[in-house]
This record gives sequence, C-alpha cells and structure tokens, in this order.
Amino acid sequence: MSARGAGGLRGGGGFGAAGVILTLSIGILIIVVAVPVLLIFFNAFWADGSFNVRDVIRVLREPDTYQALLNSLLIACGTTTGSTIIGTFFAWLVTRTDLPFKRFMKGMFLVPFMLPSFIGALAWKMLFSPRAGYINRFFMDTLGFENPIFNIYSYAGIIAVECMYLFPFVFIQVCGALERMDPTLEESARISGAGLFTITTRITIPLVLPSILSGALLIMLYSMAHFGTVAVLGIENGIFNIPTLIYERIHQSAGSFASIRTGTVLASVLVVSAACIIWLQNRILTRGRYQIIAGKSFRPMELKLRGLRLPLLFFCVAYICFTIVLPTVVIFLVGGLKTYGLPFTLENLSLANYKFILFEHKLTRDAIFNSVSLGLGAALITMFAGVMISYVIVKMKTRGKGILEFLGMLPFSVPGSVIALGVILAWSGKYGINLYNTVWIILVAYIARYMAFSLKANSAALEQVHDSLVEAARASGASMWQALRDIVLPLVRPGMLAAFFLIFLPSLRELTVSIMLYAPTTRTIGVAIYTLNEDGETVISAALAGVALILIISGQTLINRFTESASSGKG
Amino acid sequence: MSYIRLEDVTRRFGAITAVDRLNLSISRGECFSLLGPSGCGKTTTLRMLAGFEDLDEGEIHVGDRLLSSKKSGYYLPPEKRDFGMVFQAFAVWPHLSVYENVAFPLRVRKTPAAELDKRVREALSHTNLTDAAKASPADLSGGGKQRVALARALAINPDVMLLDEPLSSLDPHLREEMRFEIKDLQRRFGFSIIYVTHDQSEAMALSDRVLVMRLGVAQQVDTPVNVYTRPANKFVFSFIGLSNFLDVEGDGTNFKTSRGGLPLPCAPPPELANGPSCLACRPSEVEFTGEEGLTGVVARKSFLGESIDYRISIGEQSLRVQKGRRSTGPEPGETCRLRFIRPLWYPAD
Repeated sequence: MSARGAGGLRGGGGFGAAGVILTLSIGILIIVVAVPVLLIFFNAFWADGSFNVRDVIRVLREPDTYQALLNSLLIACGTTTGSTIIGTFFAWLVTRTDLPFKRFMKGMFLVPFMLPSFIGALAWKMLFSPRAGYINRFFMDTLGFENPIFNIYSYAGIIAVECMYLFPFVFIQVCGALERMDPTLEESARISGAGLFTITTRITIPLVLPSILSGALLIMLYSMAHFGTVAVLGIENGIFNIPTLIYERIHQSAGSFASIRTGTVLASVLVVSAACIIWLQNRILTRGRYQIIAGKSFRPMELKLRGLRLPLLFFCVAYICFTIVLPTVVIFLVGGLKTYGLPFTLENLSLANYKFILFEHKLTRDAIFNSVSLGLGAALITMFAGVMISYVIVKMKTRGKGILEFLGMLPFSVPGSVIALGVILAWSGKYGINLYNTVWIILVAYIARYMAFSLKANSAALEQVHDSLVEAARASGASMWQALRDIVLPLVRPGMLAAFFLIFLPSLRELTVSIMLYAPTTRTIGVAIYTLNEDGETVISAALAGVALILIISGQTLINRFTESASSGKG
Repeated sequence: MSYIRLEDVTRRFGAITAVDRLNLSISRGECFSLLGPSGCGKTTTLRMLAGFEDLDEGEIHVGDRLLSSKKSGYYLPPEKRDFGMVFQAFAVWPHLSVYENVAFPLRVRKTPAAELDKRVREALSHTNLTDAAKASPADLSGGGKQRVALARALAINPDVMLLDEPLSSLDPHLREEMRFEIKDLQRRFGFSIIYVTHDQSEAMALSDRVLVMRLGVAQQVDTPVNVYTRPANKFVFSFIGLSNFLDVEGDGTNFKTSRGGLPLPCAPPPELANGPSCLACRPSEVEFTGEEGLTGVVARKSFLGESIDYRISIGEQSLRVQKGRRSTGPEPGETCRLRFIRPLWYPAD
C-alpha cells in the first residue's frame, strides 16, 4: 500500500530517495526562510534575557514607530481603495462594454506590472516636486501660478503613485472573473426585466466580489510592506512607513542594538499583518468563490456605451498617456540632460550620461553586473529548489509533509524588508557564518524572497502531471529516478522556465532587500538608482533607470514572445 | 391564429449565415421545438426571439407587439419583452437565496410586497420548492437548480416561455421527470413554449410541432409524427431516429442497388424511376424473408438486450437491421433475403 504512496516514487523502503528529498526540502526552507523569520520574532520578544511583551509595546508606542505604523496603514488603505476602484472600473470597461481597441487597452493596463514603482516615483518627483518639478514649474513660471499645483511629497502623492502601479492586481483578477463568468447569469437577469444598471449592481458586481476583494487584499499586503515609493517621495516631508523606518534605523545606526529592536518589532508587525491578510484572502477565495464559470459560452453581453464611447476612449488613452507614457518619457529625457532642471531642448540633451554609466562609471557598471549575476544565480537556484519542494508538497504523501506545507506557505507572507532584516540577523557572524557586506548575503535574501514565485509556478505545473503518468513509467520498468528524469521533468519544464523568469526579471529591479544589505561594492541596479538620486546625481540616476527600463521591457517582450510560441506550438 | 411570428428572420456572423430567412408562426399555448445538431441556428433563433441577438433581416412579432425589425430599425430590449427563459446551465444566482432568485423579476418590476410574496410562494409551490425557499441555490442538486430557474421564469406569469436546452445538464432519469413537469406547468398556465434542443426524443415527447434546422436553414416544420414518418428530406430522415440509406439505380422498370447491381423487391415513385435515387428505411422496418427479396450477407450480429442488431452487406453497401430479441434470424456469414416495409424515396445526392 505504501508503495503507491509517493505517486510511484518510493525506493526500496527505509530512508530512500523520498526521505532524502523530503529532508533536503525541509532543510532549505528552514535555513532560507524559517530561521530569519524566527530570529526576528526572537529578537523582538526576547529582551533583557526573558520573554518580554511590555518592551515590545514600549517600542511600538514610541512616537516615530507609532507614526510609521499609522502611515503604513493609512497609505495601504488609501492605495487599496483607489486601486480597487480604478482596477474594477477598467476591468469592467474592457470586458463588458463596446469600448474601441479593448484588447490593446487591456494590454496597456497590464504594463504597470512590469514597471518598477520606485522608478515611477522618481519620474513623478521630477514632474511634481513642489519647487523643481517640471509640471509645477511650468504652471508657476509660464502660467503665472503663485504656488505649485500639486505636491508629490505628501500622502496623496504617495497613494496616487502606488495606485498607478498596483491597480493591475485588481484589474487582472476582475478581468479574469468577468471573462470566465457564465454570461447566462446576466442574461437571465435581463430577461427577468432588469436593466443594465440593475444587472451590474445586483448581479455582476456581487458575483465577482470575491475576486475584487482578493485583488484588494493583495494590494493591501503589497502596499503595507512597500518600500520604494515611500522612500523616494516620503522622506522629504518626514513620511515614513514600516519598511522605510526599518531601513532608516538600521542604515543610520549601522546595526546598533536599539535599532535592531525597533526593526524587529516593526518587522513582526508586518509579518503578522501579512499573515492575517493572507488568511483572510484564502477564506474569501475558498468560501466566497461561487461556481460562476461558464459551461457552453456565448459572447457575453456588451454594454453599448453609445454617446459615452468616445469620451471613455479618450479617458482611457489619457490615463495611459499620463500614468505610463509620461513618466517613462520623463525618465529617458532627464537621463539625457546635462544638468537636472534644464529645459528639454535639443542642445541640452545628449547620450553622454548613458555612455558614462554604461562604459565609464565604475559604480553603475558594477551595479548592472551585480544585478544580472545575482538575478541569474537566484533564479537558477530558486527554480531548482522550488521544483523539488513543490514535488514533495504536490506529489509525495509522506509523513512530515505537513511541516513542509506550512514552511512553503511562509515565503508568501514574508515581505522583503523582513527578509532583509532576518538575513542580517542570521548571517552576520553571530551563528558562525558571516556574509555581511558580501554579495552572498543578497543572494540568500533573493532566494528567500522569490521562493514563493517558484513554488507557485512549479506546483501549478506539477498538479498537471497526473500520478498515473509516473506509475505508467514505473510499470514500464523505469526506476524512480528514470521516471523523474524522463517523464516528470520534461512535463514540468514550462513551469520551471516560468519560475526562472518570474524571478530573474523582478530581481533586476529589486530595491527593498538590496537597499538593506548592500556594501560599497555590492550595489544592485535598484540601489544605485536610489542612492544616486539621494546624492543629487539626478541625471545619472535617471539614465540608469532608463537602462533598467530597457532591460526589463526587452526581457519581458522576449518572454512573452517565447511563451506565446511555446503555447501555440502545443496547439 | 398565429401568436408569435418570425418573418424572413436572418442572422449572419461574419461570412456564416447562422439563420437564413426563417419564417415561422406559432400559436398561443403551443409547444414548439427547434431541433437540430449544434451549429444549426436553433439557439441563435431563440436568442433573437429573446432579444439577445440583433436581426440582420426580417421582423419578429408577438401578439400585436413588434419586438424586432431590421426594416424599421426597431428593437425592444430583452428586459422589456416580458418572457420567461430557462438556460441550459441553470443560471441561478449563487449569491441570492432561492426565494430571492424567484423574487428578482418581480422586484425589478416594483411589485408591491404582499403581491410579490404571494406570487413567489405560488411559483415555488408549483415547482415543489416551498421547503427550499431559504436555501442557497448552490446547495441544491442540478434538478433543484433547474426548478429554481423555472420558478423564476414563472414568477411574472409570462405568455411565452423560452427554454434553451433546459434538460441537457441533468441526469437522464431526471430529464424525463422534468419533461413532464414542464408539460404539466404549461397545461396549467397556458403559456407558449419555444423549446431548443438537440435531443430528438425530448422534442418528440414535448412538442405540438417541431422545426428541424440545418446550417441555418429550416428543413421541415411539422408534428412529431409527421417528422418521423414523413421526413421532408434525407437530412431530416437521418437526424430523427435510426436510419438506413441505399443507393439505387433504375431504368424505369428494373431497379438495382448501386455498386453491386442486386435486384430490388420494390420500386421508387415514377418521378425517380429513371436514373439514380436513394431508398431510406428505419432498421426496424426491414424484414427477413424466406425466398425472395434483396440478397445480403450477414456481416455482424450483436445482442443489444431489447433487440438484436444486424449489419448486412448489400454488395458494397450495407444496411442495419433491428429485430426483437426473441426473433430468429440468420447467423454471421449466412446469406439472407430482405424486404422493406413502407420505404421512402429521395433523389440521389
């Protein structure tokens, strides 16, 4: 009976291959993810030689800490509300109306997914900083306004910029739900006598509400722990959220005991809230998901926009131009300027900065090299570890799997700044190995941060491989290793590839983790852009951001091309 | 006496004509089925009637109301047509209780509370759902969900009920039960039924008249009995029930099977007597005779329980013959003689 247990994968018994894989998987997850998180809790709650909740409360009640918690919550709530409204509206527009160029619009609304939000924040700072922002200056110098029209260094500015980059989370979920929804659910309301407004409010929206909420929670999770935008736009006016305060404390004090305490306490708050959000999301998805998937499908009803068709088209195009095209263009233009603040005229623009950062400046060249090699390394390691761990979770029915499932969930709920802090605690020599100030500590942190992506892509691929395929191979005389190598591996290769790119591309633009861990020679692209900007080297920073955008966009296009041809090749 | 009238109704999707100049008239209280294989245009016809599809040509009237007209550019939206409709996949709303599902059409019509409650309870009791009023439709079986959909369609007491393959998502035994329930409700309320199905036995059992469609074109409109016994063409013959076709050649007096030249024991009508034609018969309407008749060889014999199924080679053609399980007949490999009971004749393709 037990030979069936592992989906055909079981050696002769005892501590066979299954045991080795299981132990290795648990080991990797413990060392990479569990230990750093545990160390954070330990450092937060273990003060003066004993378990101490009172001191945690004392830290939380310090004005700065308290304010940061409040800010994180405020910004997250604002961003979640804003992005949910934008995302749901656009999703409804491209799936349920006769808006022109819907497919193109849908593609454009997904572009913010690949743009790093801190680069976006930089662009918005160049446009709307109260004194130097180009748009504010245009209004004041040319149109004679007394005051800047918008101050980006504010809660409203931070929330607006985060909304622009996070709304696709809701957009994509709601689009999916609306597209898969059985159109007769709405048609039956229509034949019952309901008009389109009644149908939308009483039938459509309630039915996709679980998807809206789950997208909203994802944004909440992301925004609470979001570093880049708040770091670029908040520090000027002293607006800190949890991740930026952790960074500020650790960075300023170079790891003093008090700063580590504050950091770990704040990090604990983040982990706990993230866990709550994920729990809530799972609950909504399992309990609230209605069976609304279509069987036989006609094209869903399209709301005829009639007179609103052109105004809404104009609105969408304006939104895309303003939130996607404008900031991107500004980054490239500023990157071409001799000095920040000059007008964008031909004689002020050149490729000199780009040449400088690519061929002459050691700092930026190092950064590009570091990011690419770190990305490749992390993607490769995490891809292989992920496929192994997913195999145990999805396919093996061994004892000890429960621990692994729990550990496997952990990476999903641990935000980047928490990982960075945990990695500092674990790998700074206190426990025998000191990786601090080397590139290796960043690699370890990347692996922990992106393990979730790899587990997700690989388990999805593995769930497609039915146990009977492996059993058939075993019955045909293949050993367990041959079955894995010849049957399972080829079938999950697309999932592994997806995992690789899901890790490689984001790591090219990673900021949250690297900023806490970098040393003078181990800057990544994100760190270099951020620090150059902090040091007032705005044009160099913008040029590097431009290069990063080119890298990311061409990488993404390549992958899209590749996955399209791969899926069309399959038929 | 026609109540529902379709005049030259046409619908095109790109290069495909889904429904081609369809003319129909259906009386009040009639149960009318649209029957055909998938892609024949039956669902498109129903959806044009409901108002979910535009017309590319023609007009639709119900009673003295014009519903859609290409010519005058008039189009009454579905929510104004006051029809009842039941969909294949039930389409009951999972976020509303059974009661609220049924109440929905009345609520959007702003029916007063007391009246609304009375009519919902009536609709629920007619569909045996009184005990399930507070339940969530998600907890009901397929049959239960389809009852909710029926009750919801009944709530406004419509004159026309549109049913789009309402039984095909149900288990076979449930299908038969629901069929009788629908028929029973119709007798009680007197609404007209337009019933779309690809299942011929369903259409036969329910309908007063049947329209058989193929590739958007109406093939025959007739009573179930006539559609079965006097199919208008080969397509209708083969679509309704089991069918046999035998290619035949004739010179006015002698008739032989094509590709084999075996003499036939019967003759086509005079207009088909010269040249090729096609003999059509049901497998149950072929008999084994002793001495005379068409010569064939038994290729296969299978016992199906209620009947015995023969495959008989006739030269290079073949025939299927079904006989009762107690009958005696030839064994595989043996030569046999055949006679046709009331064969039908169609022009050769």
